Amino acid sequence: MAKNISFTVRYWKQNGPKDAGHFETKQMSNIPDDTSFLEMLDILNEELINEGKEPFTFDHDCREGICGMCSLYINGTPHGKTERGATTCQLYMRRFNDGDVITVEPWRSAAFPVIKDCMVDRSAFDKIQAAGGYTTIRTGQAQDANAILIPKADADEAMDCATCIGCGACVAACKNGSAMLFVSSKVSQFALLPQGRVEAAKRAKAMVAKMDELGFGNCTNTRACEAVCPKNETIANIARLNREFISAKLAD
Amino acid sequence: MWLTNSSIGRKVIMSVSGIALILFLTFHGCMNVVALFSAEGYNMICEMLGANWYAVAATLGLAALVALHFVYAIVLTLQNKKARGNSRYEVTDRPAKVEWASQNMFVLGVIVILGMILHLYNFWYNMMFAELVGAETMYAADGAYWISATFANPVYTVLYLVWLVALWFHLTHGFWSALQTLGWSGKIWFNRWKCIGTAYATLLILMFAAVVLCFQCRALCCGACC
Repeated sequence: MAKNISFTVRYWKQNGPKDAGHFETKQMSNIPDDTSFLEMLDILNEELINEGKEPFTFDHDCREGICGMCSLYINGTPHGKTERGATTCQLYMRRFNDGDVITVEPWRSAAFPVIKDCMVDRSAFDKIQAAGGYTTIRTGQAQDANAILIPKADADEAMDCATCIGCGACVAACKNGSAMLFVSSKVSQFALLPQGRVEAAKRAKAMVAKMDELGFGNCTNTRACEAVCPKNETIANIARLNREFISAKLAD
Repeated sequence: MWLTNSSIGRKVIMSVSGIALILFLTFHGCMNVVALFSAEGYNMICEMLGANWYAVAATLGLAALVALHFVYAIVLTLQNKKARGNSRYEVTDRPAKVEWASQNMFVLGVIVILGMILHLYNFWYNMMFAELVGAETMYAADGAYWISATFANPVYTVLYLVWLVALWFHLTHGFWSALQTLGWSGKIWFNRWKCIGTAYATLLILMFAAVVLCFQCRALCCGACC
């Protein structure tokens, strides 16, 4: 049985990357606790529009936890404290209490400049992906199934790495602004499969070089990234990337 | 050069220099334990090292390692601060699996360096340095004397214990982090290294702390009965 709760939302307003930004506060009343966090923000925006104020800008798309668009830093945790690994869209108001103060902030990282309010530019991730996160294979005819045998454990591990949706929570949570969890997951998903092994060394070098060039920080193994990852990526991926990168450089 | 111009390379420098320093601490810890059992035995080691060429060369090597580790810590910290951007979160929450030490390695490192300076002043300055400059002292190779003299003062005992606690925190993270950086980790090895690292750091620090506490106790007991 849903119950209604009332709480205060402090949300970040910022007009572009150069603006200093500030918090605004809104009292929300009688919100059913089975409302999703994003639906709650929709209600907030409806109220702001009705009051003649500028609505609060935030990223969202599929709202089913697979696109990686949502990016809110809620009460000190990227995506908020969801029931299990999930993004902001799968955070429900039942996780909050009557009378709470909910602070909503953008991902704060030099590599993710604020576009407006809590909407940040994460195209740096696209640039890293474009630097080597693919295989250069002419597709041609569809191959026979099982033409290349892959152990189940490797296939599963590669799939787990590939579930990284590139939301950027790892960078947001990292005190070093490091993108290693994202990059290592993307490198791993190919490195674990025979099709990806062919270009593994080149890929690791290119993607790390692009990551460094874009101003992400140096990983110091604090594990904040894996603690907040909505897809439960682990720092075992980072160890794999280190392995791939170091052996590629030593082989040069 | 990939070791200096890539983020992973810079971490490899931290990792390898850190592992080398842990190996040095292991040697130093084993040497110290001798003092618990035999002042003569400890002084024999002190004489063997003394200001001989190999001990001076090893000291210079160590100084270079510490400098490398510290300079790169500063470089990485500054780069990471820049990567974090200018705006700070209003509300932060440290997840349970994030160790306090892992987020405070630089501060812990600064405490370790300060403790090391005090330690060099207490021992190295009176021993190897005194021998090198040819100072007229009969205690240059009498390590046991300097241990007794230093830990007769409770202020030094407390300072050394604070230093050792900071070093313990630094090592519990540094140990597995170094191996993670070298890529020798994964879902299984992470837990193994974390466990081995904590046990190793604890044993190592207990070896150092035992000497400090033992000599402090001896000074107190001797003061009471003499």
